[in-house]
Amino acid sequence: MKRPFADREQRKQDLNDEIASHLRLAAQDRRERGEPPERALESARREMGNENLIREAAADQWGWRWLEQLLQDMRYGARTLRRKAGFTGVAALTLALGIGATTAIFSAVNTTLFEPLPYPHPERILMIWDTFQGARSDVTFHTYREIAARNRSFAALGIFEPWQPALLGRAEPERLDGQSVSYGYFSALGVSPALGRGFEPADNAFHGPNVAILSHGLWQRRFGGDASIVGRQVTLDGDAYTIVGVMPRGFEDVLAPTTEIWSPEQYDQGHINDTDTAEWGHHLRMVARLKPGVSFAQANADIAAIAGAPVPEFPRPRWAALKFGFIVDSLQDDVTRAIRPALLAVLGAVMLVLLIACVNVTNLLLARGALRRPEFAMPAALGAGRTRMLRQLLTESLLLAAIGGALGIVVAELGVQALVALSPPELPRVGAIGLDRNVLLFTIAVTTLIGLAVGLVPAVHASHSDLQTDLKQGSRQSSGSHQLTRRALVVAEVGLAMVLLASAGLLFRSLTRLFAVDPGFDASHLLTLQVQTSGHAFDNPDVTRRFFHRALEEVRRNPAVESAALTSLLPLTDDTQFGLYGTSFQKTDRSYDTFRYVVVPGYFETMRIPLRRGRYLEDRDAAAAPHVTVISESLAKKAFGDEDPLGQLMRIGGFPNWPLYTVVGVVADVSQVSLSGGNAVAAYITPEQSWFADQAMSLVVRARGDAAALAPEIRSAVWSVNKDQPIVRVATMERLLAALVLAAVGIYGVLAGSVAERTREIGVRVALGASRGDILAMVMRQGMTLTVIGALIGLAAAAAASRALVTLLFGVSRLDVLLLLGVSAISCWVPARRAAQVDPAITLRSE
Amino acid sequence: MKKRYQDRIELLQGTLDLLILQTLRWGPRHGYGISEAIRAHSGDTLQVDTGSLYPALHRLERQSWIAAEWKTSENNQRVRVYRLTAAGRKQLHSERSRWALLCDAMAGVLEPAKKAGEA
Repeated sequence: MKRPFADREQRKQDLNDEIASHLRLAAQDRRERGEPPERALESARREMGNENLIREAAADQWGWRWLEQLLQDMRYGARTLRRKAGFTGVAALTLALGIGATTAIFSAVNTTLFEPLPYPHPERILMIWDTFQGARSDVTFHTYREIAARNRSFAALGIFEPWQPALLGRAEPERLDGQSVSYGYFSALGVSPALGRGFEPADNAFHGPNVAILSHGLWQRRFGGDASIVGRQVTLDGDAYTIVGVMPRGFEDVLAPTTEIWSPEQYDQGHINDTDTAEWGHHLRMVARLKPGVSFAQANADIAAIAGAPVPEFPRPRWAALKFGFIVDSLQDDVTRAIRPALLAVLGAVMLVLLIACVNVTNLLLARGALRRPEFAMPAALGAGRTRMLRQLLTESLLLAAIGGALGIVVAELGVQALVALSPPELPRVGAIGLDRNVLLFTIAVTTLIGLAVGLVPAVHASHSDLQTDLKQGSRQSSGSHQLTRRALVVAEVGLAMVLLASAGLLFRSLTRLFAVDPGFDASHLLTLQVQTSGHAFDNPDVTRRFFHRALEEVRRNPAVESAALTSLLPLTDDTQFGLYGTSFQKTDRSYDTFRYVVVPGYFETMRIPLRRGRYLEDRDAAAAPHVTVISESLAKKAFGDEDPLGQLMRIGGFPNWPLYTVVGVVADVSQVSLSGGNAVAAYITPEQSWFADQAMSLVVRARGDAAALAPEIRSAVWSVNKDQPIVRVATMERLLAALVLAAVGIYGVLAGSVAERTREIGVRVALGASRGDILAMVMRQGMTLTVIGALIGLAAAAAASRALVTLLFGVSRLDVLLLLGVSAISCWVPARRAAQVDPAITLRSE
Repeated sequence: MKKRYQDRIELLQGTLDLLILQTLRWGPRHGYGISEAIRAHSGDTLQVDTGSLYPALHRLERQSWIAAEWKTSENNQRVRVYRLTAAGRKQLHSERSRWALLCDAMAGVLEPAKKAGEA
């Protein structure tokens, strides 16, 4: 067809004119045949039939009709959605949250678990671990040497361990994340420097040269991308190092993602019989690249044979005897091992969230479909086909899904940013997580699917409704079968939400470990970072104490900090394995495994650990003052039962010449090692009263606002005191509440819609004299009944799903259930109140 | 039921197209004129449904077998007048042959004795 749109309006006008002229001619004929003029036109019209239908059928012949109808459907759909801005907002927001969460998590899962690692032949890269009690253990230097000498499978073999040098020089000193590696490290990954050279065996010689390789980022940041850097010297921790190479731009070190600088390890290859050396310590990780043609299984068999057959050149001490062989894993599986179950679980959770979002929106559309039935009854009576109406409704739901999808991408972008910000920096490939093409395709596919899914039920429902009834009873919209479907959906939704909440409790448990969340202290807005001291100056305990004291003062000066404190142990971290001491009381003979917490006054207040008896530690508990301690509730109970523990004398550690502490307070228990608790108990003392100064302390900072955003400022506050001190393990303790928010939004929308539908009924009741209280009760009873039914079904389903879920429900979700009930109560109450405040006359007239 | 309109268009399509083309062979006419002519020539047997007529006219126009223009009628009315195009004339010819073929075939089926005798 030529010019399908330009003359379209003209053609429509022509068609109208043509049919009008047909009518005129027919009427004229009738008049000429003697029919009375006033009846002629009417009979002609009756003879002709449905004008609209003729027009449509004729226009159907023009071609491009489908496109025009699509545009028309979309225009109409857009108008409808605009007119119901509130409805559209709730529905689109619901979908956006679901789509956004799913997209964000999918992007992380896709990047981390499924995309190949950014190296040549990544499938050939392996990690090799020593075995200790069936689990992975770092290897020793001499084990590495033995494998390097004896294996027949590897094209390259490398070892590496963390190294945190302070970079000094013209600019401000800076603590770098580095790795100390063997010359095979980069060849194992299959990447060589873009500038200069890689490490050579000579670099790994004992007391060998001080050389280093820079990351592209560090090279740009600190040296302005100057190509003459190779061969120049820089000062690291007071020693001169020669830069020999720069890694290519975009090189990701998945083994240590934050690394910016590498230096060669320089262990002593001789003295293998001296077992009391670092060379026999388990502190190295090992990475290998298979020779082409060698399979994973062959390599595994090869090194298993090496482990099983010691040779005289490589004597092994007891702790590195390799009796249990090696654990070998592909690099990708190895680096994602910790995060894989959590990521998959979260993906499952957000998909469930998305499912709920779909049910919600289906529900909303259904609720609105009921209100719109007269609107559709009219075109149906005028001859609009059922398929046409179905198409119209589906266009609308697709449009809605598209809005949700577009918003969802925004949500996903924010979600990804949050995810990346919240992720521990050690998470492999965290920098590569983003909304790439695959992820966007995924989102579009999901959005389309949702558009069809949520539209289908209401559309079929609407197109099946009885025309005559709808036309005649256009005002009585809340009729039976419809209500039933809607109620079923509410029940299904609450049920799904319950399953989600219950499952989410379990699914998020692995995540909550990551984020170190736990009852016992208040995790909200809490930022934690560990400050380590390094350098010979800190051999003097007074210098150490003074440094930490001044660092804390700096941090507290920041206006965004509500409170801050220091602790030697951070609950729920690895710290705790170094903090266990046997304690005893003068009064009892028994000894208790107790965590020794060295905390500054203000720690309990910052963590919001409740005081049970006595007092917290205070500033007056200084070096010269009487030695005092605050103990945990469970320790008090264990040692003294119901007796008053205050004033008791306690010894921490087994040495009789260490000080005796007087118990001055009892505080609530804190989960020490894991969320599931454990029986270990705690004793708290001040740094000044400790018998040694801890070289690493954790800062706990309660932020007034976003805790994560505060991290850089806290870091620079500490570094303003001493620039050369490493700060590691920065994390916030916030919790994810997205699922609950979503369930709440959805329930509100559905119930609000249902109440709006019943506004007329309510109006009538008010007119008849029912009190507002009665109406509130009526609406709320129904909403609550549905919610309770759904909750019961959901609980049953969750219980059926897994016994693990049940145990978790007991601990976690009882609160969630209450919250959900609360939310549904509120979402009933608000619209019901609004309805009750409506003037009955207006309500009735609005029909 | 009104909804069945479109089915009827399908049913009548071939025949109605032929009738329209044949009618226009005698000269240009407007839509109402065409339906009246068909009615008159068939001795009131064939009543062309308006709901079928206009879709058929627009279909034929799209296929360029007929062409339309607005004219003023003898009693001073603005009407859309259709005329046969060269392509339409050719189409009419082939449709008439097909119709003749169909009539023969129908006759053969409806009067099997005669056919059987021949065979």
